[in-house]
Amino acid sequence: MIEVEGLTKLFRNGRRAEVRAVDAVSFACQPGKIYGLLGANGAGKTTALRMLATLLQPTAGAARVAGFDVRTQPGKVRARLGFLAAGTALYGRLTARETLAYFGRLNGLSDRQISTRVQKLATDLNMGDFLDRRVDTFSTGMKQKTSIARTLVHDPEVLIFDEPTLGLDVFAARAIRDSIRECRDAGKTIVYSTHVMSEVEKLCDVVGIIHRGRLVAEGTPAALKARFAADDMEEAFVSAVGNEPEVAA
Amino acid sequence: MNWHNVWTVFAKELRDTIRDRRTLISTLVLPMLAMPLILLGVGSVAYKSFAKAQAEVPQVAILGGESSPAVREALAAHTKLAVVPAPEGWRQQIADKQLRAAVEIPNGFDAALARGEPATVRIYHYDGELRSGLAVSEVRRFFGAYRDKQVAARLAGRGLPASFVKPFDVRTENVAPPEKVGGNAIGGLIPYVFILFCFAGALYPAIDLTAGEKERGTLETILCSPVGRTELVLGKFLLVLTASLVTVVCSLASMGLSALFLQHLASGGALAHGAVAGAGAAPTLPRIDPLGLLAVGALVVPVAALFSSLLLALSLFAKSAKEAQSYASPLVLVVLLPAIMSLLPGVELNARLALVPVLNLSLVSKELVSGVWNWWHLALILGSSCLYAAAGLAFCVRMFNRESVLFRA
Ligand SMILES: Nc1ncnc2c1ncn2[C@@H]1O[C@H](COP(=O)(O)OP(=O)(O)OP(=O)(O)O)[C@@H](O)[C@H]1O
Ligand SMILES: [Mg+2]
Repeated sequence: MIEVEGLTKLFRNGRRAEVRAVDAVSFACQPGKIYGLLGANGAGKTTALRMLATLLQPTAGAARVAGFDVRTQPGKVRARLGFLAAGTALYGRLTARETLAYFGRLNGLSDRQISTRVQKLATDLNMGDFLDRRVDTFSTGMKQKTSIARTLVHDPEVLIFDEPTLGLDVFAARAIRDSIRECRDAGKTIVYSTHVMSEVEKLCDVVGIIHRGRLVAEGTPAALKARFAADDMEEAFVSAVGNEPEVAA
Repeated sequence: MNWHNVWTVFAKELRDTIRDRRTLISTLVLPMLAMPLILLGVGSVAYKSFAKAQAEVPQVAILGGESSPAVREALAAHTKLAVVPAPEGWRQQIADKQLRAAVEIPNGFDAALARGEPATVRIYHYDGELRSGLAVSEVRRFFGAYRDKQVAARLAGRGLPASFVKPFDVRTENVAPPEKVGGNAIGGLIPYVFILFCFAGALYPAIDLTAGEKERGTLETILCSPVGRTELVLGKFLLVLTASLVTVVCSLASMGLSALFLQHLASGGALAHGAVAGAGAAPTLPRIDPLGLLAVGALVVPVAALFSSLLLALSLFAKSAKEAQSYASPLVLVVLLPAIMSLLPGVELNARLALVPVLNLSLVSKELVSGVWNWWHLALILGSSCLYAAAGLAFCVRMFNRESVLFRA
């Protein structure tokens, strides 16, 4: 469960300039559902999700993740959260198994729990071939699978994915989406950000369109298409953001 | 505070660091190789050139004195000098190091001596040049002996005892224990080594664990795990501190070994040939109080902690390892300044200086290796250093809690 209420983030660039990266955004995601955050480059997706992951402090507003306030209980939030973003790379000099063990330990798992969990994730994600190789020898797809496993190692109830298929080929992207669907079917609360329209249609139960930091439209993909009388998500998105291209991010 | 997490972070960073060849080279290999290379290289080159210069019979030109055959003959008979007639352009030849020195015998020197009139012998040399200096000493020694002979003859002629011109003797004798002699010579050098390697050992891991992680994108990964910021900082800090101390210990061990080796070489080797028999005893290493050295080692720990936390905080601010390096490199000078200041004559430890970080360590190590234990100063130094280290660590934790530092645009 994620509840976001009037979430706002201001960045101060230099002395004067202020960037309102996220502007009074409110939404909620339910367990067993994938909430898609759709927005152009610089729309504020990553900033919003970083606030949910307690990496950034909200300037205003509130957010609760799995029932805990991101401002006052950040440790409890992170213990119930798996966060995967373009910025969350892996340690190149560790093997995949060591990486999973490290994050498992930081999440308070015992060595026995870790080894069964690693076994299960390796089977589910088909990682057997490279489990004991160093990450810096991996292909992009192997790295992303390992990152997914890292996100899931402590079996969190809330998952946040920030453009997880960025730079992946069709097959790798499909594999990632499949495992995210499995997480939904297991009853997890999932937020999925992307600027790829087709992914949203394929994957998300509810979509929020974010533009210049503001949530401009929300609904199921079908409802959004109907509301903007569009044939596909792209048409709906362009109508929702009012035809104006995003300012340079 | 969850110490299990601190340990987990430390263990992971240790494994990561050991697998990083560049860090290993900068913390282990370089200091281990640098000290023997510096000591053996500089030592043996200096030793060889000195021995060679001493073995050489210096060429000395003679100017004038045609009317004084006695002194000329005595000079020519002196085996430790090769006397040659002054060539054309002898000044230039001395400057060009072809000729070591020139001696000018004034006109009518022999006759002046016989009459008991004053006369001046002039020596021309290359100031500061080792071999020219050795030649001058030899010429001076010759003329000193020559003068003594004249004095003895004059005294005998007047029936006076030798003590007539030498009513009393002055002798100096060293009463300081050998450690203290060593303390002044080597004691100034030891803090250099400690402080420099302490800093150098912390530098690379500190950058790699902060700016390096930012650059590789792993910082955000660890920040979104449940590990607390303070635990994360402590784990990283302990790794950097370990690297710093390991570097100090390695460099010290290799320095000790190469010094021993050098001493062995000097006492058992070339010196025994007697080429420099006149130079006195073989240059034995000044003895250092081992307990004092141990105490210096203990006092280094808080300084290493201060360096580690400051370097971590500073390089966390940078966006890339390269940027961090450009922040940290000028710091080497700041760090070395107190060490250099402690070498200035007259700068002695007092209660006020005991509170100046780094400088206090430099000053106290001079005393400690000479076996001087001033407990009041030691307590002040240890207390203040620990305080500075704690402040540095607190500052580091603060930096790790600032999102404008972690996510600098
Ligand atoms: N640390 C920061 N300091 C200052 N400004 C920032 C910072 N991070 C993001 N911004 C600004 O906030 C705005 C939103 O950026 P954000 O990264 O959240 O967008 P995004 O939707 O994730 O874009 P993309 O699709 O490119 O990932 C941009 O204008 C960006 O320049
Ligand atoms: Mg983004």
